[in-house]
Amino acid sequence: MLLPRFALHRPAAIADALAMLAEHGEDASPYAGGTELLLAMKHRVLRYAHLVDLKRVPGLAGVRVAGDTLVIGALATHRALERDPLVVRHLPAYAAMTAQIANVRVRAAGTLGGNLAFAEPHADPPALLAALDARVTVAGVDGTREHTMDEFVVGPFETRRAPGEILTHVTVPLVAGRRAAYVRFGHLERPTIGVAAVLTLDADGRTVRRARIRVGSVGGRPAAAVAAEQALTGVDAAAVPDVSRDAGRRAADEVPVDADLRGAEDYKRHLVGVFVERALRQAVA
Amino acid sequence: MTGRETIEIACTVNGVERRLAVEPRELLIDVLRDRVGLTGTKRSCDVEVCGACTVLVDGVPVSSCTTLAVEADGRDVLTIEGVAAGGELDRVQRAFVEHGALQCGFCTPGMVLAVKALLAEHAHPTEADIRHYLRGNLCRCTGYVKILEAVRGLAAEAR
Repeated sequence: MLLPRFALHRPAAIADALAMLAEHGEDASPYAGGTELLLAMKHRVLRYAHLVDLKRVPGLAGVRVAGDTLVIGALATHRALERDPLVVRHLPAYAAMTAQIANVRVRAAGTLGGNLAFAEPHADPPALLAALDARVTVAGVDGTREHTMDEFVVGPFETRRAPGEILTHVTVPLVAGRRAAYVRFGHLERPTIGVAAVLTLDADGRTVRRARIRVGSVGGRPAAAVAAEQALTGVDAAAVPDVSRDAGRRAADEVPVDADLRGAEDYKRHLVGVFVERALRQAVA
Repeated sequence: MTGRETIEIACTVNGVERRLAVEPRELLIDVLRDRVGLTGTKRSCDVEVCGACTVLVDGVPVSSCTTLAVEADGRDVLTIEGVAAGGELDRVQRAFVEHGALQCGFCTPGMVLAVKALLAEHAHPTEADIRHYLRGNLCRCTGYVKILEAVRGLAAEAR
């Protein structure tokens, strides 16, 4: 399918990229891997006369440890993150998740920043990043702003990134004694459901001090399973598998679910129960 | 009108250096098929799901249906036409023939290129590696069993 005509701008500095986006306003979009944007433009769902390619802006693609956080550049591709030594070492659950995104070709082109900024509800990274207490940084002409991952995605295809802003990096706190897992299921490329379970244990490694469970893809945005988290808090780590079914039931009752082509509401609630249980079991396995 | 200007790109396609002036909106698949004349690259789903349009860019599989041609600038592009060196079938192609791993053949160029990329990354892939890597290449003739047989045979070969 033919793309509509557009001008391609290839700035070599973030300030230039922001100036170009400001100049062209709603006629312009940042462009990175194109795996979401070009599809939407081919189908005339989105129309932009100007694309601002971010791939020549230095410093947007790397991964580094900064203090007790891991900073992931927005231009890092899913494929790069799958095999990045720092990600594999510090966030093995993230490395495993990113290897499951779409297919090998999409992972080679698609970037983390593009995935988050597009906010397609059926996506893998947002739920896990939210459960990991990640923060998202966007740059604008007036400076940078930081959002928690929980707040960043407002709803389907809607985020707190304002037009003209550029998502520059994602910051993930590195926490000792953290057990994380992400499990997904779906018949199509995109997940029907993805559940992230992140348990932080006490210093002695025996008790769950804090639980974060985020259920992705069944609703418009990743949902916190608060009642399920409460069922885990203070539980002996060895007893997590015993509590996991009850936590799954609680999550199935509480998270918002949208019926769509991937399933009816009761089916999706069933999936929530099953996959919250599995994610918790995997986190402590 | 905006966007009508062209951008000069220089890339290697199947070992041959090419210089092309492309519009920003031109897709790699169209440049390969309509301007370079390499029609072995197939368009099917057009949404990066089926793998029929797979080409290797610097050895990595990409969906040419959703890749801007300008992204090939300075890169090495391999299409199915470049796989059989000097007219002699590559080992992946031979394995597909020997195992009858094709029926209509429409998915075969993408399958062969995906398998070449897989074997370049893992000389001896496990069953899980094979299935994971090929998950994004669809065959509508339901030839997966024979395709997997062909790849398993390659994985087992001493190199």
